[in-house]
Amino acid sequence: MNPSLARSEVPVWNPRNYLNSPETGLRSWLLTQDHKRIGVMFLVATTIAFAIGGIFALLIRIELLTPGPTIMSAQTYNRMFTLHGVVMIFLFMIPAIPSGFGNFLVPLMIGAKDVAFPRLNLLSFYVYLAGAVIALFGMVQGGADTGWTFYTPYSTTTITKVVPVLLGAFILGFSSILTGLNFIVTTHTMRAPGLTWTRLPLFVWSIYATSVIQILATPVLGMSLLLVAVEHAFGWGIFDPARGGDPVLFQHFFWFYSHPAVYIMVLPAMAVISEVVCAFSRKNIFGYKAVAYSSLGIAFVGFFTWGHHMFVSGQSAFNGGVFGVLSMFVGIFTAIKVFNWTATLYKGSILFATPFAYFVGFLFFLVFGGMTGIALATVSLDVHWHDTYFIVAHFHFIMVGATLMAFLAALHYWFPKIAGKRLPEGWGLVAAVMIILGFNFTFIPQFLLGNEGMPRRYFSYPEKFWPLNVASTAGASVLAMGLVIVLVYTLVALKWGPVAGANPWNSRGFEWNTPSPPPPENYETTPVYTHGPHEYDLPGVETPPAATPEPKHAS
Amino acid sequence: MPANTTYLAHHFESLEKQTYAARLGMWLFLATEVLLFTALFAGYGVYRYLYPEAFREASRGLETWIGFVNTLVLVTSSFTVAMGLERATRGDGRGTRLLFGLSILLALAFLGLKAVEYTHHFHAGELPGRYYASDAVQGPGGPIFFALYFLITGLHAIHVVIGMTVLAVIGWRAGRGAYAAEYHVPVELGALYWHLVDLIWIFVFPLIYLV
Repeated sequence: MNPSLARSEVPVWNPRNYLNSPETGLRSWLLTQDHKRIGVMFLVATTIAFAIGGIFALLIRIELLTPGPTIMSAQTYNRMFTLHGVVMIFLFMIPAIPSGFGNFLVPLMIGAKDVAFPRLNLLSFYVYLAGAVIALFGMVQGGADTGWTFYTPYSTTTITKVVPVLLGAFILGFSSILTGLNFIVTTHTMRAPGLTWTRLPLFVWSIYATSVIQILATPVLGMSLLLVAVEHAFGWGIFDPARGGDPVLFQHFFWFYSHPAVYIMVLPAMAVISEVVCAFSRKNIFGYKAVAYSSLGIAFVGFFTWGHHMFVSGQSAFNGGVFGVLSMFVGIFTAIKVFNWTATLYKGSILFATPFAYFVGFLFFLVFGGMTGIALATVSLDVHWHDTYFIVAHFHFIMVGATLMAFLAALHYWFPKIAGKRLPEGWGLVAAVMIILGFNFTFIPQFLLGNEGMPRRYFSYPEKFWPLNVASTAGASVLAMGLVIVLVYTLVALKWGPVAGANPWNSRGFEWNTPSPPPPENYETTPVYTHGPHEYDLPGVETPPAATPEPKHAS
Repeated sequence: MPANTTYLAHHFESLEKQTYAARLGMWLFLATEVLLFTALFAGYGVYRYLYPEAFREASRGLETWIGFVNTLVLVTSSFTVAMGLERATRGDGRGTRLLFGLSILLALAFLGLKAVEYTHHFHAGELPGRYYASDAVQGPGGPIFFALYFLITGLHAIHVVIGMTVLAVIGWRAGRGAYAAEYHVPVELGALYWHLVDLIWIFVFPLIYLV
């Protein structure tokens, strides 16, 4: 094992890469079928969506700075939290890691020239854009005020522009389905010779599990959103109690998708983390099969837990208990992963670089958020916490805490591969500390608020909740500042960053076997795999030869 | 026809792999289609459980003979599509075109009969939700039955139209000799889609007309 991370070659910029070949014009980007370019376009689009959603979030926090009205009306506030949820979930979190990083990395990792259906891949991007434009049009037109859950009967009677937002989410679902379909087929058919399922990088395993959920759950969401839109537009009465419809049926439909959708958001995060933890502790993952299969386990169990969103929707106590216990199974599979990641660190040669800092943040948020999730799956406790800020803090810990940390870890880890440049390590750590601390200061007060009974989605609150709300808003501004720093140095590094070279982290993940940025066809000859990824115990596999001779003196 | 290399996309190493990928992709896509309808079938199941009497009465009011004839028409069209695929495996593109054309005519007959049925519903005021104006069924069950009826059969009809388009494009291309005995995957996938459209109707017919 060679713990030294000192780069043994002068970093070279790959002159013929996917960024400039075969062409560089805008047209060649818009019509590209190269998975790397599509991945980059997804990353840009989802980052813009993240910024929009983030601005909504900041406006919400500013409004909650004082107990009464601060900067907006109650109606505007309702629209703000709805749009924040819709944008963050459908436009950022669901596509960001699978469609962005997944598109870029999966073919590189499995030694393929492209995904199985490149045209479908491009279509997926344009479907995403179409959905985003329709949803944004609805927002400009006044937006919806139903919350991202679109609960009936309110969503079918509200006067706000809920239909375009629903249709936007419906169309985005198709983008998600197409990407998932593409990845499943790619993983099955495009693996290079020698890359057996047990040599597959864990990133690919997790993305595969995500894709299964995307394919199985999204059509049901599409249908139920369409039903709500039809009912809102034409009054067909499927979910309208006044016409004999059952509004709770909508909740069943909605959560049948939207609970698994939580795993669409968090499984890709786990995918990233499984790679980062190996690369930065220079050890192969502890318990490879357990980590791989637990992804599938989460995907499977995730389909049988939706009832835990409906403990207070008139569900029988027996059903509540069953759904509660099933929900806790997710905790078992997640714990398997957490234990294996921490066991991987043991006796590893840890490099505390920026991606690793985000890994540490991820681990804390996932465990903290996960433990509160187990508590919430207990029916008696959930009745107390239901619809309070405790829930808000819980799912932000998982969805933002875990997913955002993984997104940033992925950005810092793979930026040298994607852009061929290095990000500034010092600023990276500063921003990571700000983001992780800011996040804690934003959401830990919300746990306390929720436990004391502050309901979610309320515009004003009693004065006794004031101090904690101020703390939360202060934390959010630190978090936002950290994110702005990341954005700024990423854009700067894109142009002026130092050349990274093929493998600046000396990682043994398969994607690093290509030059940076990778050439359009990824590999000139199809690689043949003889071992799994991240096997740092093998002597000198694919270690680049030293460019300068070793120093002669012994000391 | 030219050798295999013409059909091979740049990123696949062999035509077998490419074919396998295309088939797998199509089957996964069909799975999402099934789930799309499953949501509606589940809704149907729930409301049938809530309003058993009204659903029985409303269902009895439908013209079962149209549904029955339509079932026969669709099953026949599936048969002609299968025949067309069989022609394609032997490299007979013109035969494929002819049989796919026949299937499209049958699909048109299906849509025509469906339109007749819809017209009857419109005249009888058997419409979804707030538009329901019939006095055949009392209570809220009737409007809900027809909301689901129009959603399910309407979505199915949209699929029929999409399927017809697919058959038309592939049949036309087959007639121009775009495929060969050793490569006819698009014909196969188009046929698969049409069988799915047929299969969904096989579930819709008993669910709405018979039970």
